[in-house]
Amino acid sequence: MDYFTLVIAAIFVNNIVLAQYLGNCPFIGTSKESGVAIGMGLAVVFVATMAAAITWCVQRFLLVPFDLAYLQTITFILVIASLVQFVEMFLKKAVPPLYKSLGIFLPLITTNCAVLGIAIICQREEYTLLQTIIFSIASGAGFMLALVVLASIRERLDLARVPTSLRGTPLALIMAGLMSLAFFAFKGMAS
Amino acid sequence: MNRLWKEFSKGLWKDLPPFKIVLGLCPVLAVTKTAYNGLGMGLAVIFVLTLSNLLVSLLRKAIPAKVRIACFIVVAASLVVCVELLMQAYAYPLYLQLGIFVPLIVVNCIILGRAEAFASKNPTHLAVADGLGMGIGFALSLTFLGSVREMFGYGTWFGMELAGDWYEPFAFMIEAPGAFVCLGLVLAGMNALTNWQRRTRGLEAIEGPIHDCKTCGLCATKPRI
Repeated sequence: MDYFTLVIAAIFVNNIVLAQYLGNCPFIGTSKESGVAIGMGLAVVFVATMAAAITWCVQRFLLVPFDLAYLQTITFILVIASLVQFVEMFLKKAVPPLYKSLGIFLPLITTNCAVLGIAIICQREEYTLLQTIIFSIASGAGFMLALVVLASIRERLDLARVPTSLRGTPLALIMAGLMSLAFFAFKGMAS
Repeated sequence: MNRLWKEFSKGLWKDLPPFKIVLGLCPVLAVTKTAYNGLGMGLAVIFVLTLSNLLVSLLRKAIPAKVRIACFIVVAASLVVCVELLMQAYAYPLYLQLGIFVPLIVVNCIILGRAEAFASKNPTHLAVADGLGMGIGFALSLTFLGSVREMFGYGTWFGMELAGDWYEPFAFMIEAPGAFVCLGLVLAGMNALTNWQRRTRGLEAIEGPIHDCKTCGLCATKPRI
């Protein structure tokens, strides 16, 4: 599969949030302000790419040779949890400015199903290491795109007069539905 | 006994996940194309949640506070592996239908959230009651959402034909946009109901469940692994 198609498919056609239903909790939870949304998006791109690359190596060089593929779930989540912790410690020591802007989002990412989801999708699609890395960067970018757009819409909606019962999460979900409908137009473009 | 019932029943209406506590949205949106899939996912969550609450509660004195999140994740992940193997053995078609969302039960905030907020602080029988109640509430909610989407999207319920040939199904409802809009409207309905109850009691209307990752308690405690 050529890499351009892979990128377009991951960002637009099979958008990780709007078409694959992954990472919805942070999608709704951190989309109140666009600044926060950008930070969360960058953190997801960063961690998802590293996690997918490392879990790919773990699967290829540890689980498959020793015939332990049924332990995939438990291994992957432990790798991701320790990776997040490690990245947090590393950023705190080595790049304090980056830690300041991304640090608060890192603990949220352990239980972000987009990260584990991307790692598992790469295994199920049997991507090579290079394809895995490109796919996870593009998927993370797709997550960030959806998050930033929703945050911008919600900032405007704060000024609108909406029935009390719809305010907050319900309206955010309906907006996500409309965005998903727009992204639906890409369906079938690159498969 | 009273306390046991209280912990069990709060998951069925007062703190009903995911409609009152907005948690674990991914499976809620992804697997509710049909009522059957929703129920299947719900049963898997009941299994994992009850047993993880049981194990965490039994081990709560042995788990050091600093590495508790890692321990909860290991407990949940082992149970999810069990569910995966059981489903592959006894419910393979359902396993294929749910796809990636079976292993993703491990990152469902409800599992870790209940372990952190309840099971690690309470005796075993209460933890099991809490897990069972929350799990059943979650399964019922998923079945409900699945039923609504299946009725509109396919014109069937659990595969039974409901409408005649004249019925033109809304393809919208079984695709991703339908999932988001449907869940949004159900949440709005729950809010309206809560506010109506509050008004009859002479209280002021509130905004309803504000989605906040912090409700699972995990983010708030900053995992130290």
